[in-house]
Amino acid sequence: MRVDLRWLSLLLLVLAGAARADLRIEITQGAAQTIPIAVIPYANDGGPDALHAVIGADLARSGQFRVIPDDQMLSRPSEASQVDFRDWKLVMAQYLAIGRLYPSADGSFSAEFELFNVASGERMTGARFNGVAPASKRRLAHHIADLIYEAITGVRGVFGTQISYVTQVGSSYELQVADADGHSPTTVLRSQEPILSPTWSADGRFLAYATYANRRAVVFRQSVATGARQQVSAFPGLNGAPALSPDGSRMALVLSKDGSPDIYVMDLAGGPPRRLTRHYAIDTEPAWSPDGRYIYFTSDRSGGPQIYRVPASGGAEERVTFDGNYNARPALSPDGRQLAVVHGAGGRGYRIAVLDLASRRLSVLTDGPLDESPSFAPNGQAIIYTAKTGGAEALATVSIDGAVRQRLGISQAKVREPAWSPFSAGP
Amino acid sequence: MKKLLFVCVIALTTVAVAGCGKKSTTRAGGEASASTQAGSAGSGAQGGGAFGAGSGTGFAAGSLDDPNSPLSQRRVYFGLDRYDVGEEYRSLVEAHAGYLRSSPSAAVTLEGHTDERGSREYNIALGERRSNAVRDLLIALGASATQITTVSYGEEKPAADCHDESCWSQNRRVEIVYTAR
Repeated sequence: MRVDLRWLSLLLLVLAGAARADLRIEITQGAAQTIPIAVIPYANDGGPDALHAVIGADLARSGQFRVIPDDQMLSRPSEASQVDFRDWKLVMAQYLAIGRLYPSADGSFSAEFELFNVASGERMTGARFNGVAPASKRRLAHHIADLIYEAITGVRGVFGTQISYVTQVGSSYELQVADADGHSPTTVLRSQEPILSPTWSADGRFLAYATYANRRAVVFRQSVATGARQQVSAFPGLNGAPALSPDGSRMALVLSKDGSPDIYVMDLAGGPPRRLTRHYAIDTEPAWSPDGRYIYFTSDRSGGPQIYRVPASGGAEERVTFDGNYNARPALSPDGRQLAVVHGAGGRGYRIAVLDLASRRLSVLTDGPLDESPSFAPNGQAIIYTAKTGGAEALATVSIDGAVRQRLGISQAKVREPAWSPFSAGP
Repeated sequence: MKKLLFVCVIALTTVAVAGCGKKSTTRAGGEASASTQAGSAGSGAQGGGAFGAGSGTGFAAGSLDDPNSPLSQRRVYFGLDRYDVGEEYRSLVEAHAGYLRSSPSAAVTLEGHTDERGSREYNIALGERRSNAVRDLLIALGASATQITTVSYGEEKPAADCHDESCWSQNRRVEIVYTAR
C-alpha cells in the first residue's frame, strides 16, 4: 500500500526554524457513546513515542474511543496466533489492535499492524511499512491510527494531517505548522508584524497569508517545505484574506485599491486581479466552494455582516445567511454541503455555527464568548477555531455534531488563526 | 464648501481630546496652544478649530513636538461598528490638515484599528473604513492626497489590553502617524 511518509520525513528534515513548545491538548467534552478498543504495545518497541501509545492517544483524543489502559490487559499478543479473544471480551474491548517492529541495522525499522473485531474474531485490516526512519515514527503511528479509525468508523482519519496557526508573544508573531495532535511544531515564518488568515493550498504544499511590510498590507504565498515565499499582492489599501482555489491556479482575496473592500481573483501565473464584487459596502473573507464554482464571502451590504456567494467566474451575488445580525468568516466543508461561520449571538458573544446549505438550518456548535476563524478538518468531521476568553487565545476543536470538544493551547502565547491541512500533500 | 467651523462640544469627558472651535476664535496657532490641553475635557473654549479654516497659517517648527499643541493629539476614536468621524474630532483633524497644508513635505500614515470583537478580516476592513474617513476629512480640509497613506491593522494592535468596553472604546481608533515632517 502507498504510504505518505516520504514527504512527511522530508518536511521534518527540511523545515527551517526552531521547534517550539508543543500545543497542549485537553479533551473538554467527549462523545456520550465511546467505542472501547485495546491497543497492545508493539513487539520490540518502547520509549516515549511507542507506536501503541501514540495510536491510543490519537484514538482517545478523537473523543469517540475509550482506550483500555495497559495495566488492565490480561495478555499482550503481538501476533495473530497469540490472540485469545476471551481476554478482550473480559475487559469489554470491542476492537483489538496489535503490531510489531523489526529494527534494521541502519537504524530504520519496519512495522506491521493488525486490527481485529473482538466479538467476531474477524481481522479487519492490517499493513506492513518498510524502511521507516526513526524521525518518522510518530507519523507512522498517526497513519496507523487513521487506518484503524477508518476501518471502524468508515470515515477517513485526520490524525496524520497537520494544522497551521499563528502565535503571538508580545509583538513577536510566528506562523507555525504542527501535527494534528500538536506535536512537532515548526516555525514557517517569524515576524514582528501581525500574520493573518493563513490558508493551505489544496495540495498542502503552500500556505498563503496576509501580513505587513513597511506599514503596507501584503499577501504572500510560501512553500511549506522550503520556506521560499512569493509576494502575491501589495496594492494600495487592503490586501488580505487570501484563499487558494481548489485547483491551485488562482487566489481569491480582498483588495480595496478601487475604493471599497471587494473580492478579487488573481491568476497565480500572473496578470491583473479580476474584480468579482463591486459594492460600496465591505466585502471580505472569500472562501472557495470545494468544486471551485462559487466564492462565499462576508459583506455588510445589508447593514451588518452576512455571508453571500458569487460565481467564481463572475455573476450575480446572492445572500446565504439570514439567521441573526452577525455572520462572518465563511468556511466550506470538504463536501461543500455545510458552511461554518462566526455567528454573533446577540449580546451573548460570537460563536461557531454551521449552516446546512440544503436545508438552510443553522446549528450553533460552541459557547463563545469570542470564537472565530473556523476551519474544517479534511474529513469534515470537526472544526478547528480560535477561542478567546479574557486575554487568552487558544485553539479549540468541536465535532460537527457539537458532542466532542478539545482545547489546544500553548502557555505564555496567544494561539489563533488555525487552518487544518488537506489530506494530501507532498512534492 | 462646507462650513469649517463647528458647533462647540462641551460635555466631552471620556476622551482626551476636546478640541472646540469658537466662532470668534482667530486663526492664530499660538493661541490654541495655550488653551488646548490633553485631558482638559469640559473646559469649553479652546482653540483647536482655529487651525482648520486656515488661510495658510503656518505652524512653528517643532509644533509637532509641543505637548500643548493640538497636533499632539493623534488619535480619533469611533463608536462600535462606526466609521464616521465624530464632531468632537473635527478640530483635531483640522489641526493636522492645517499642518499638512503648511508643510507640503510632511506626510502621515493613518492607522485604522478596531476592538477585538468579530472576525479579524472584517475588522481589517472596518479599520480601513476608519482610516479612509480621516483621510477624506484631511483632504477636504486642504491636505494633499499625496501626503496621506492609510493602513488598517484591524484588531491586531490594540492600544489598551483589557476585554471590556473600557478598553474597546480606546481600541476603536485611527492613529495619525507622521512619517515625514
